[in-house]
Amino acid sequence: MEHLRPVTAGVPQEGAPAAPDLADLLKLCGRGDQNAFAQLYDAVSARVHGLAVRVVRDPAQAEEVAQEAFLEIWKNSGRFDPAKGSPLGWLLTIVHRKSVDRVRSAEASTRRDTTYNQQNQPVDHDSTAEAAQASLEAHRVRAALESLTPIQREALELAYFGGYTHTEVATMLDLPVGTAKTRIRDGLIRLRDTMGVGA
Amino acid sequence: MSDIHALSGAYAVDALDDLERAQFERHLRDCEICSREVESLRDASALLAETSAAAPPAALRDRVLAEIATVRPLPPVVTAASTPHRRRRLPAFLAAAAAAVVIGTGGVVWQQVDDDGPESRTEQVLAAPDAQTFTQVLPGGAEATVVRSKELNEAVLITHDMPAAPNGHAYALWLQHDDVMVPAGVMPPGSDNEVLLSGDAASANGAGITVETAGEEHPEPEGDVVVTFDFESEA
Repeated sequence: MEHLRPVTAGVPQEGAPAAPDLADLLKLCGRGDQNAFAQLYDAVSARVHGLAVRVVRDPAQAEEVAQEAFLEIWKNSGRFDPAKGSPLGWLLTIVHRKSVDRVRSAEASTRRDTTYNQQNQPVDHDSTAEAAQASLEAHRVRAALESLTPIQREALELAYFGGYTHTEVATMLDLPVGTAKTRIRDGLIRLRDTMGVGA
Repeated sequence: MSDIHALSGAYAVDALDDLERAQFERHLRDCEICSREVESLRDASALLAETSAAAPPAALRDRVLAEIATVRPLPPVVTAASTPHRRRRLPAFLAAAAAAVVIGTGGVVWQQVDDDGPESRTEQVLAAPDAQTFTQVLPGGAEATVVRSKELNEAVLITHDMPAAPNGHAYALWLQHDDVMVPAGVMPPGSDNEVLLSGDAASANGAGITVETAGEEHPEPEGDVVVTFDFESEA
């Protein structure tokens, strides 16, 4: 089975001992093995938390989202099906969905009185970048992203990290309605093929 | 039909609104190609998270581990696991109705497919221990019943003595999610039917039948409402 190598943020990858297999850990979690879950947490927490922070932005809310996501991962660990994608893809899908739900519902309830807040909530790029630098995988991904067209990359990042719908992305990028979804798909396909993931 | 396949990338990165998401998820049940593509694109999207890794505060680890210790993991989905390729075994007419309700213009033989194993999905729903039943009697004496199993995430519509839809029309089926009616298939001709609804029945809060023009795409109900079912008020 082909899946992403688990990496621990801050630890160089060369010559590192074989990391635990995430699919095996999920299987053990499904049987209620809390030690396996702790190992899983240590292997993926930087990516889970970092993704939540990037999408949700507010650190306290991002932590809440990460905690909710971990609980859902634990509860559903026995339902992970390795035939349907990588363990990391599966669990980050849960994290991403929760993060997007959080920004959209928060926006729906506060859109009226916080018009200026968006500019005043910058992502903490320093700490984010610092941890990400440690991952060789991150460098490979950044290089792969360079192979996308600027529109593909921008559409993909607005959708994935911004949490915007494809119709919103189309408006933001002045694209004809219905073309942003194509850019997002094309960008993902190029990223997938460049990085050699997926079945 | 609009090209629903093109939504695979946007779906993989959660860039669909709720209605599009519901429609695409229904499409996924019947489209092997899109399912495979979504799986691979999700793995690709997970790569993006590599570029934003940021270690959480140590306290989060303690909170998470304390919390999971109090919760039992869900059991595996035994039914789905023991019936591989479920999406291929769904009645063919559901595949036709997957993206949006496209009403047939007649001449098509609608047939409930019950030969896909010892117990069809419909039978499983009707026999489910958690099955809920909602029956409505129509003005002409016709009877419509929805049987839903949350555990199986399926609902079946059963009709008796249903009058034929007006000429050039057909009955469209819907599942209601909050205030949105999401297409759930088309009723085959005939007064007595058992139809498995497509879509997420477990999270739906209602169902409905409308009369729609044949041969057109109906992403939302436009015609007359024949009957609605409120899942919140179990009889």
